[in-house]
Amino acid sequence: MDINTKKLKKNAFRVTKKRGIAASRVRVPGGLCNAEVLEQVAKIAREYGDSSVHLTTRQGFEIEGISMEDMDKVNALLQPIIENLDINQTEPGAGYPASGTRNVSACIGNRVCPFANYNTAAFAKRIEDAIFPNDLHFKIALTGCANDCIKARMHDFGIIGMTEPQYDPTRCVSCGACVKGCDSLSVKALHAENFRVVRSHEKCVGCGVCVTKCPTRAMTRSSRKYYRLTIMGRTGKRNPRLGEDFLIWTDEDTIIKVILNTYKFVEKYIDPKAPGGKEHVGYIIDRVGFQEFKKWALDGVDLLPETIVKDNVYWSGIHYR
Amino acid sequence: MGKLWNRHQARLLLARWQETYDIYAPVRMPGDGCFSDTDTVRYGLIDSLEEIVWDQKSDYSFKEALLPISETLFYFTDDNASVPEAPKKKRLIFLRSCEMNALRRLDQMYLNNGPEDFYYKRIRQDARFVLMGCDTPFASCFCASMGTNTCEGYHAYVHPDGDRFYLDIPDRELAACADGLAAEDASQPVKSVTEDAVSVKIPDALPENAATLDLWKDYSSRCISCGRCNFVCPTCTCFTMQDLFYRDNDHGRAGERRRVWASCQVDGYTDMAGGICFRKDPGERMRFKVLHKISDYKKRFGYHMCVGCGRCENICPEYISYTECLNRLDAAARSSAEGGEQ
Repeated sequence: MDINTKKLKKNAFRVTKKRGIAASRVRVPGGLCNAEVLEQVAKIAREYGDSSVHLTTRQGFEIEGISMEDMDKVNALLQPIIENLDINQTEPGAGYPASGTRNVSACIGNRVCPFANYNTAAFAKRIEDAIFPNDLHFKIALTGCANDCIKARMHDFGIIGMTEPQYDPTRCVSCGACVKGCDSLSVKALHAENFRVVRSHEKCVGCGVCVTKCPTRAMTRSSRKYYRLTIMGRTGKRNPRLGEDFLIWTDEDTIIKVILNTYKFVEKYIDPKAPGGKEHVGYIIDRVGFQEFKKWALDGVDLLPETIVKDNVYWSGIHYR
Repeated sequence: MGKLWNRHQARLLLARWQETYDIYAPVRMPGDGCFSDTDTVRYGLIDSLEEIVWDQKSDYSFKEALLPISETLFYFTDDNASVPEAPKKKRLIFLRSCEMNALRRLDQMYLNNGPEDFYYKRIRQDARFVLMGCDTPFASCFCASMGTNTCEGYHAYVHPDGDRFYLDIPDRELAACADGLAAEDASQPVKSVTEDAVSVKIPDALPENAATLDLWKDYSSRCISCGRCNFVCPTCTCFTMQDLFYRDNDHGRAGERRRVWASCQVDGYTDMAGGICFRKDPGERMRFKVLHKISDYKKRFGYHMCVGCGRCENICPEYISYTECLNRLDAAARSSAEGGEQ
């Protein structure tokens, strides 16, 4: 059997433990798909796999037990899924075109969740459209609120939804629901003065708990949707760590530009000897310094006036090497 | 006898009304909801009839257009107190039949329950009301059960008719503004619902043990005491006082007294000197509210306070159904009348 494993991997198949057997990795941007995709996945699993499907941590399906000889046929059956999910494809019928940049994953978001501050799947799709296909190793996740259910902080880019509470004192009945909610569920950014609510903008994480608690619509959401962009969180062998805040109170356009700029930064500074052409962005930044990254990341970016940009970022985590 | 108005002519009519009135109606407030990308329907100022939300019951009732959520009663210094001026314009308020009936309850409390309330009266006496016809009952509506599906005393009636609006304006002052504007003569009956979305039976007589029935205990753990049911209710009239002292200068020698909507469900409502709180348990608060709406008020004034709009049920984040509670109460009353035990 003559198989180019490099090509196979870039075509979103996995070389498994078992000789001659691959697994097909089906990315689902933002983790949102319809039932037809499920049916199509089931069809491939039954016809070419061993009928086992793994739900991946990055919100894809991994169809197990596929003979490497059947990969072309599987790619043909993947085509309706790719079209259904509107994945950027270089060659129709040839399956998923790249696997370096990982699936952009997302929590369920404000389509369903009462806490979420935006439509995570829609923003995930917007990012998908901007960055795929790409072989560079990037991990991006979006979470609807500061609860961070998707663990965005463990990603190269973590996008956390925020809202800036808008307070209308004329609708306030001083019931204290927002203050109690912030105290018990969030960061104690609210207190009452002279029967009115005072919010500390420095403390506020924009979670929106106060808005959901208000019974009179005195506390509502900002019309603009805001985001916290955390950077360079990671798992792995050397130095697993949580991502740190880079931009706070930023917007979608800025985030997309920063991510695209970071691809250029990586192309410039990636270790040419990196195994498989993959070096985690975070390790590149560790090597060349945050200030250099920042210069590239913010190149040509028009920040909102209210956006807080961190002067410096210091990561922690465990150092094994 | 009314007239059919096209949008343009109706706008001209509203513009004339606006010379005298601030026009309040239920409108969609985009992004105003508790949850991200959700709207509320509540009262706001309008320039055209198209802005009115017709196909949905407003989340918050007309009450706030007449009785501000927070109102400064007077400003004070060491030596003086001054009352803020009344709103410059009169108010023209679009509302539904349940709310027109609720107006009678508000009047009862603020005008016919001891001395007249100065602040309520000064807005109320010049206010005009436009009845919005109802085609079908909305979720949890039970006005037919409460006899509030029809009403009297409105100054105009309005209902959409395709692209146009049917307007009947019995009030002379409002009707005078229509002079010279083009509209087609028509005659339509007032649209009101005759069947309820939910069937509700209010018990004629409560059992003696109504206050201690087991059913209230169910709400002790379910209710979160947020007060939304009171704030959306068109007949809740409770307020509390806030005396506040400005801090910026003179260290508390100037300030204002406000009155602010209060809720019998929210902590603090029955707090007394000495740390006494009469109704700590949410189930007890629910009992107080429900019995006030369908029993205690009637004992004083001869008719029910509740108008059956169902807003309290629609807004409850804990899915507590007020109508279900009423029906449970009725079942308990029947059981008691038959000599059974609850």
